Amino acid sequence: MQIKLHLNGKEVLADVAPDMMLLDFVREQGCYSVKRGCETSNCGLCTVLMDNRPILSCSTLAVQADGHDVMTMEGCQEAAEEFGAFLADQGAEQCGFCSPGFIMNVLAMCQEMENPTDDEIREYLAGNLCRCSGYQGQLRAIHNYMAYKRREAKA
Amino acid sequence: MFTIGNYVKVSSLEEAYKLNQKKSNVIFGGGVWLRLGKKNIQTAIDLSQLGLDTITENENEFSIGAMVRLRQLETHKGIDAYTKGAVKESLRHIVGVQMRNCATVGGSIFGRFGFSDILACLLAFDCDVELYKAGRISLQAFAGMKKDNDILVRVILKKSPVEAVYLSQRNTATDFPVVSCAVAKHTDGVYAVIGARPCQPIIIKDEYSILQNNTAENIQQFAIQAAESVAFADNTRASAAYRKHVAAVLIKRGMTKLLGGDK
Repeated sequence: MQIKLHLNGKEVLADVAPDMMLLDFVREQGCYSVKRGCETSNCGLCTVLMDNRPILSCSTLAVQADGHDVMTMEGCQEAAEEFGAFLADQGAEQCGFCSPGFIMNVLAMCQEMENPTDDEIREYLAGNLCRCSGYQGQLRAIHNYMAYKRREAKA
Repeated sequence: MFTIGNYVKVSSLEEAYKLNQKKSNVIFGGGVWLRLGKKNIQTAIDLSQLGLDTITENENEFSIGAMVRLRQLETHKGIDAYTKGAVKESLRHIVGVQMRNCATVGGSIFGRFGFSDILACLLAFDCDVELYKAGRISLQAFAGMKKDNDILVRVILKKSPVEAVYLSQRNTATDFPVVSCAVAKHTDGVYAVIGARPCQPIIIKDEYSILQNNTAENIQQFAIQAAESVAFADNTRASAAYRKHVAAVLIKRGMTKLLGGDK
């Protein structure tokens, strides 16, 4: 099937099988940050933004992205690096396997919520599993990052 | 994982209905549940071009299109205010925001899954479903019907004077519920909905109006009797006996919150 979508700002025309998953499609397009960490739509590693909303690319068909804007971490390197530095400051990154999906969902959360509480952050990110950490470093990193962004917006 | 031979974005409900008469064809919502199965789908029928992805509101009801994502329903301010947070409570524990941005209301309700939090929750309210052929029927009647080849077009949440509270018990956060419970006060009485038994939700009415006097004893008595009257079963998540015990606790907590009364 012919599909046309914007992937990281670039128009992509492709012929895909109807049962191809968006995850496999974006990887085929060179977006290797997107990974499959489970087979049950639970881990959040495959998170991409479709029309600015975080979705599971492992559970979305490539044909369902037809006509939409898809963003992976490759398309927002600057923001990812900026937040990534806050993660590193807290030692929150360990093996790093879950980071791209986690970062995409954090960026989506920051667009949706201005000053979330710990519980609101936990709830928003509950679909991102990390098997190395206890999430505390991530939580500190998010608070520091959001405070930094608020200061930046004020200045 | 499923296989799909053909993917059709239909331009009318009639086209979708015709395609859906074939057993190997499937209406494709979010696809989150389907992907956990191994179905060989000949034609996946996509309703995304039919404008069913919005929630509209008038003075009498909310009309929720079949392609509305669970997250849209969860974050809808009008529905949150009318249901006093009950709908949101039934959705926010499901996997994660990303998954709820994929799964559709139509898929969740049409499937009539026992584990469905949103089905159990909406059964506490005054809801109808609109089916393409069968027309508008109550959600309660629909929940009891066998799955057929009709198409769920929208779910209608009526602004009747209903108050409800939703609670669930999960083995871990974000997992399926092991028991779900909605309690509701309608003008004609009080009832409880128990889901994830693990099969379909069931409604238990306060037939003898013992809750008209909302004392802690009466709430406790109703909770135990209601849980006793429901059939539970074992599965990998919990035993029937555990579910029965938890159901009574949830009904009691829910009714106490709903009806007030002494603690």
